[in-house]
Amino acid sequence: MTLTRRSTFALGLGLPLMLVTRPLFASPETMGAAIATFTAGATPAEGRVSLDIPLLVENGNSVPMTVEVDSPMTANDHVTEIAVFNERNPLPDIVRFRPSPALGLARFQVRIRLGDTQKITAIARMSDGSLWSAAMTVIVTAPACIES
Amino acid sequence: MADVLVNIPESAAPGEIIEIKLLISHPMETGFRPLADGTLQPRDIITSVRCLYGGETVLEVDLHPAISANPFLAFHLRVDRSDEIVLEWTDWYGEVQREVRQIEVV
Repeated sequence: MTLTRRSTFALGLGLPLMLVTRPLFASPETMGAAIATFTAGATPAEGRVSLDIPLLVENGNSVPMTVEVDSPMTANDHVTEIAVFNERNPLPDIVRFRPSPALGLARFQVRIRLGDTQKITAIARMSDGSLWSAAMTVIVTAPACIES
Repeated sequence: MADVLVNIPESAAPGEIIEIKLLISHPMETGFRPLADGTLQPRDIITSVRCLYGGETVLEVDLHPAISANPFLAFHLRVDRSDEIVLEWTDWYGEVQREVRQIEVV
């Protein structure tokens, strides 16, 4: 094959594609995909879920998070599942809760890791099948997963 | 076997919503942490926690590597009878550990 000006250009355009490697971190797209799997493609309504995380986090290795869903938690009307997602950790999932109405109150606290400043999304599925969500952006000054 | 702190009130009034707190001593190794030789420290996390009240499952939690080392969990439970409260968790290797407490509802 002779190297014409045209084929040299084609080669130059193709090279960067070969250098693309698998990204280490999740992205807003992978979070979107994880959410779509959870919601089976439906779009959750905003509200009923409250997400409480400090707005500014110094240490991403241990961040207190409270998620609460406004629900009477009765046999006929309760939360069946809550899922929390992130955009920029290596994996989009953080935690899932499957409460029974016996809890009486749908409020959960855990401590999470945040690899970067990012948006956190919580989605609740109710016993009637409806989906509700809350999202917030958390600024992280010293992210998790930096030091080895 | 991990050290664990469980905080459940010993007694409550009927219908009261109590708070249950669980703190497990565990590294929650993410599987993304590089070692000096360039390989990754294998993942070792607690994958799920379950709470049973009188033998009935009242809460299941799935944990992912984004949960901090020494996982902490707090939730609520409406108690209407004296019974056993069991907290049970499973690690990456399928090993199950459980803590049992008795609550008096008077």
